[in-house]
Amino acid sequence: MAGIEIRSLRKHFGDLHAVDGVDLSIRDGEFLVLLGSSGSGKTTLLRMIAGLERPTSGEIHIGDQRVDGDVPPRARGIAMVFQSYALYPHRTVFQNIAFPLEASRTPRKQIEEKVRWAADMFSITRYLDRYPRQLSGGERQRVALCRALVRDPKVFLLDEPLANLDAKLRNTARDDLKRFQRQIQTTTVYVTHDQVEAMGLGDRIVVMERGKVRQIGTPQEVYEDPVDTFVATFVGQPPMNLLDTGDPSLPPRTLTGFRPEHFLPKSVFGAAEDLRTFRFAVRRVEYLGSDRYVYGSVAGSGAPAADATIIAKLPATIALAIPEGETHEFAVPRRALRYFDLDTGLRRKT
Amino acid sequence: MTSPPPPRRTFADREDLLGAVMLGPALAYVILLVGVPFAFAIALGFSNATAGSLSFGWVGLSNYVAILGDPIFLRALRNSVVVTVGSQVLVVVLATAAAQVFRATFRGKRFARFVLLLPWAVPVSLAAIAWTWIFDSTFSVINWTLKAAGLLHGWLYWLGDPALALLAIIIVQAWRIFPFATVIVLAGLSSIPQEIVEAAIVDGAGFWRRLFRVELPLLLPVVAVAVLFGVVYTATDLGVVYILTGGGPANTTHVLPTLAFQRGILGADLGQGAAIAVFLLPFLIVVAIGMLRLAHRTEVGGAR
Repeated sequence: MAGIEIRSLRKHFGDLHAVDGVDLSIRDGEFLVLLGSSGSGKTTLLRMIAGLERPTSGEIHIGDQRVDGDVPPRARGIAMVFQSYALYPHRTVFQNIAFPLEASRTPRKQIEEKVRWAADMFSITRYLDRYPRQLSGGERQRVALCRALVRDPKVFLLDEPLANLDAKLRNTARDDLKRFQRQIQTTTVYVTHDQVEAMGLGDRIVVMERGKVRQIGTPQEVYEDPVDTFVATFVGQPPMNLLDTGDPSLPPRTLTGFRPEHFLPKSVFGAAEDLRTFRFAVRRVEYLGSDRYVYGSVAGSGAPAADATIIAKLPATIALAIPEGETHEFAVPRRALRYFDLDTGLRRKT
Repeated sequence: MTSPPPPRRTFADREDLLGAVMLGPALAYVILLVGVPFAFAIALGFSNATAGSLSFGWVGLSNYVAILGDPIFLRALRNSVVVTVGSQVLVVVLATAAAQVFRATFRGKRFARFVLLLPWAVPVSLAAIAWTWIFDSTFSVINWTLKAAGLLHGWLYWLGDPALALLAIIIVQAWRIFPFATVIVLAGLSSIPQEIVEAAIVDGAGFWRRLFRVELPLLLPVVAVAVLFGVVYTATDLGVVYILTGGGPANTTHVLPTLAFQRGILGADLGQGAAIAVFLLPFLIVVAIGMLRLAHRTEVGGAR
């Protein structure tokens, strides 16, 4: 059991600053998700914690051991699950799970016990004699987790372990993973570009972009109180609507932001609600079963951003007909409005 | 108004015919230059044909009976096996080691790789002549180097002593095949997914464990192919032995191809020469099948 301390960590590949000064404090037993698009530096950060990549500068502490220098991966007390699972194709499931134990010269009997215990935990005991290629994607993923688990690591490092599963399996695998982590209470760092995974799994989420940390917070904080327009549009599907309303009561050059699910026909709100109303010119309605996405633009705002497409997300519980090509009265509760500086993109408290 | 004529199937549309026509030249080449001489050699092995006359008579197995009772043939057979196995063992070890070196990045890597491939590109006869100088009884650079380093006190007559001559042949054969094998192993190494190697590192495996438990097993199909090529090249090679020792001293270093050449062409006994030349064929076929099955089995991953 150990937390991780990262101090002004940098990794440069020539001119490319893959990780550009990251400070991060991961608590003991925490499930931390590194969220970012490809090239954001999240995987490089994970690989530096693992010891597969050497930092250009900065410090990494795992527990009370400083590891950024010459401490090899095997001495860091970590276990890693790769996106491709990286199972050894020439070894059976049993031999795969046993490999880290063999490497640490564990006695045979103990290896046997440990492998069976881990296989039991992920209910793959009946596959122990099979080869990886005879397993489905979900089964392989569990073998990879088993192989990581038997090392009794202080820290789990997971690099997009669910990315290769199909959408249906991903939900159950996510649930399994979260339950498993709660059960063993080991510090876990999880890399993903999928915000649904990040929201569902993380105790805290670290949003990264171009090698820098943009925001650290619980899923709720990141979703509801994004620190800047990048986080606001990166997290959430569809993204947060941003527009320059030209509202005289706001300071100049201010962007108003609101989530699509808060942007609803005015008639559905109660009379007591403090509303900001918009004239919403509806272009197209997309029926998605549980939701309707309504695409259009807000009339009457002068700034360039006003032409941008605004999306409303109506739950199926709102049966109101929305004819395309007409202008409707839509509204957002004032408590759901967020303001950003048009120039810096940073959050503005008003 | 006339409608355009209905499109007709042209020759280029007829894939069955087109395929046969395009494969024809290659097939003719293989049949005329490989198949016919091969069948001819097998037939000669059962005949009493000689190089000086056109007479041709079937003598059944008597050529084979004669060579199996001949100590020079038995010695050549043994030499063939020793040289082939010895050089291939050397090649596998050297090629695996060299592939590890070439996988790393270092200054001058491209040049080193070019130099590595030279033995493969140099004509056998030319290289063998250079090696006769290296192993020369008076000027051998090996001997002079060892002497200068104080490691050698007597004198090694490389090509004069049967055991040393055989060792010299093994060295040259290994030197000749090794670049090719290195390139094959290197290709095999780069086909191992990086994540598997990294998983082994994180799992705590050191260099040797990674090499013997992860990389080599995954390389096995590729190494099998390299060895198969090496076996065929070495077992059928005439030039190296012919130029280095000429089968001497006293017929002790003959391998089957040189003996077949000596008996069949120089000695004019075509029948016996052919019998010696095709003698190894069944064994080579068995080795080839075994290797290919091994390669295939590991590729499929040991499905039982």
